[in-house]
Amino acid sequence: MIKKGLLLILLVGFVAVISGLLINFTGSNELNPLASYYAEKGPTEVGAANLVTAVVITYRGFDTLGEVTILFIAAAIVGFFLKTMNADTNRPLRLRKTSEILETASTLLVPTIFMLGAYIFVNGHLTPGGGFQGGAVIATGVMMIILARPASQFNHKLISVLESISGIGFVVMGVLGLVLASGFLNNAFLPLGKLGSLLSAGAIPIIYVFIGIKVGSELTSILDSLKENQNEI
Amino acid sequence: MSILLAIFLGLVILVLAITAIYHKNTKVAIIATGTVGLFASVLYLLLAAPDVALTEASIGSGLSTIIFFYVLNKIRQSND
Repeated sequence: MIKKGLLLILLVGFVAVISGLLINFTGSNELNPLASYYAEKGPTEVGAANLVTAVVITYRGFDTLGEVTILFIAAAIVGFFLKTMNADTNRPLRLRKTSEILETASTLLVPTIFMLGAYIFVNGHLTPGGGFQGGAVIATGVMMIILARPASQFNHKLISVLESISGIGFVVMGVLGLVLASGFLNNAFLPLGKLGSLLSAGAIPIIYVFIGIKVGSELTSILDSLKENQNEI
Repeated sequence: MSILLAIFLGLVILVLAITAIYHKNTKVAIIATGTVGLFASVLYLLLAAPDVALTEASIGSGLSTIIFFYVLNKIRQSND
């Protein structure tokens, strides 16, 4: 009874806090000062046709570095704990037979998914998407390989080398921006090019390729370390 | 039209989310969670956020579903 009463009080308090926001909310037809700065100065300062990319990689590039670091730490912790939990067991995997349709379809679909992922992060400064999205799509392709051929092994060395190189590359591009242009992760040390062409927006395409490879290999390593800890797939 | 579709998708997401919480079979609950991600990505696309839609489609409905299944399998093994 007391528990329910407390819950009710909590709910009423929550509603009181939220309703204040709702009542005072007034929509506006114009952008706020920060958003209008991004929208007006973005194309000339950054040169990216996709304004979201301009904000994510250049104006708020430091946050993106933090996000990539968080993902890296998550992947490292998953790998560490699953390794220590199952360090002594070397039982062979019992594999269930996968369906013929899935196996055949995966040979066609996996290269297409990889190509779509690469397209998404290479064109991150022109079309919706970017490094995170492209990397996640590539990891989905890896997931399909695991589903269709559970016996396949991934090269751990290759994954960790790719991940380290792309992480270092991202930071090096940031420092190059600090040295050659006005600030950390500034993309203007390479020519900005024509708005909307593939080789435009300075360093953004290079940074996005690094982020895409990094996110893809991190998610792959999470999937792989979970897969290796199953006795039965 | 598009707002009607958005409301419909929102209701579908709500039903699937409630299924995910209250269904007794964990497998069904996991599939329902994945489907929430799938419909949410369509909803994001309708609400003019294609960047978020891409992330939600690949992470929310693809990777997180398979990770949940792996973890479920793992928990079953340790309960045996």
